[in-house]
Amino acid sequence: MIRRFISVLIMAALLVSPSYAEELLPSIPKATGEPHPEGNEYWRVNHPTLLRHDRDLTVIDGIRDIDASLAQCVTCHAVKGPDAAPVTNESPEYFCRVCHDYAAVQIDCFQCHNSVPDVAELTGLLPLSQQDEMAKLQAYLDGVAQ
Amino acid sequence: MIMPPKEKGAEISRRDLLKTGGALATMALAPGVTLMAFGGKATADGLKPGARWGLLIDAGKCPEDCSACVSACSNEQGWENNGLDTDPQWIRKVTLRDKESGRENSLPVMCQHCDEPPCVDVCPTGASFKREDGIVLVNRHTCIGCRYCMMACPFKARSFVHEPVTGQKSTTPRGIGTVEGCNLCVHKIDRGDGTTACVEACQATGNNAMMFGDLNDPESEIAIAVSTYASQELRADLGLNLGVRYQNI
Repeated sequence: MIRRFISVLIMAALLVSPSYAEELLPSIPKATGEPHPEGNEYWRVNHPTLLRHDRDLTVIDGIRDIDASLAQCVTCHAVKGPDAAPVTNESPEYFCRVCHDYAAVQIDCFQCHNSVPDVAELTGLLPLSQQDEMAKLQAYLDGVAQ
Repeated sequence: MIMPPKEKGAEISRRDLLKTGGALATMALAPGVTLMAFGGKATADGLKPGARWGLLIDAGKCPEDCSACVSACSNEQGWENNGLDTDPQWIRKVTLRDKESGRENSLPVMCQHCDEPPCVDVCPTGASFKREDGIVLVNRHTCIGCRYCMMACPFKARSFVHEPVTGQKSTTPRGIGTVEGCNLCVHKIDRGDGTTACVEACQATGNNAMMFGDLNDPESEIAIAVSTYASQELRADLGLNLGVRYQNI
């Protein structure tokens, strides 16, 4: 409750003085892929509930094509390190850690889940325009192979 | 102030938003920019109702020096066994020897996916559970690592993760402080592959000692084989009705 009160205070501060808020708040890394239709603010508040609900759908009912999957989170929200590879949750620059460190909330997800996307999903990290280019390139290569 | 909705409520409001709010949001955006739904879609995928997935293993076709199924499982699921007693072991090769005749027999042993699993009976949190299609799993979200299930299992099929794990497969999350065992490649089944990593590897070697399928489907290859040829369960005296059956042991 206190945390929510503080976040409301911070939001109020954000409205009053954007420059002041920038110093106070963690700087959230930009994501790739399609934006959340519900809006970022909804996800900031509700992501634990959404993930908890959908994990049960997968583990117990075997439904793998779900709205809130951690694998999808770490794909779009991957933060690239100096070597252009996505950083793991060991890094303080990791997407989840930026806010969780700030709020001092421990994340247990990555004890079991991989914090970086599978290599096959890395294409999803490209901007949408380039993803299209990749598809065209692949189609061309397939054509040449035939 | 935004209150987080209840678990069910979150799902409904999110779906409703996708259905009704999506059109409004699309209209409000700049021309040429389309708003897409996040991630997947609400479909009727998931487990096959009424199925009973199982394996049929012909020990007569399983050479003692072959462990293709074990390494395939290790690669598919991302576990590694370096020979320590505490290392994970989802599947292992076992050699049986008849004391009288001296006849030796080699066969793979993994979670037998009991119809009445003792591991589920003893689990204090409900983490050890049987899916509707007969696959016995550990829900690591609720596993507290007490290892009662390891004690209860007559087949020594489960192991405990003692060390921190990194670089897991996205299809097989696994980590410290939880119990794990053969999940019958549940992610492959849900994907519709219709086989498991061990069976694929066994067929690739040409031994064809393993078969995967739905025991409840009378048309399936495995159900026909089980009803035609003699096969047996390990420790049939326990009356657990296993999903894994063996021939020629």
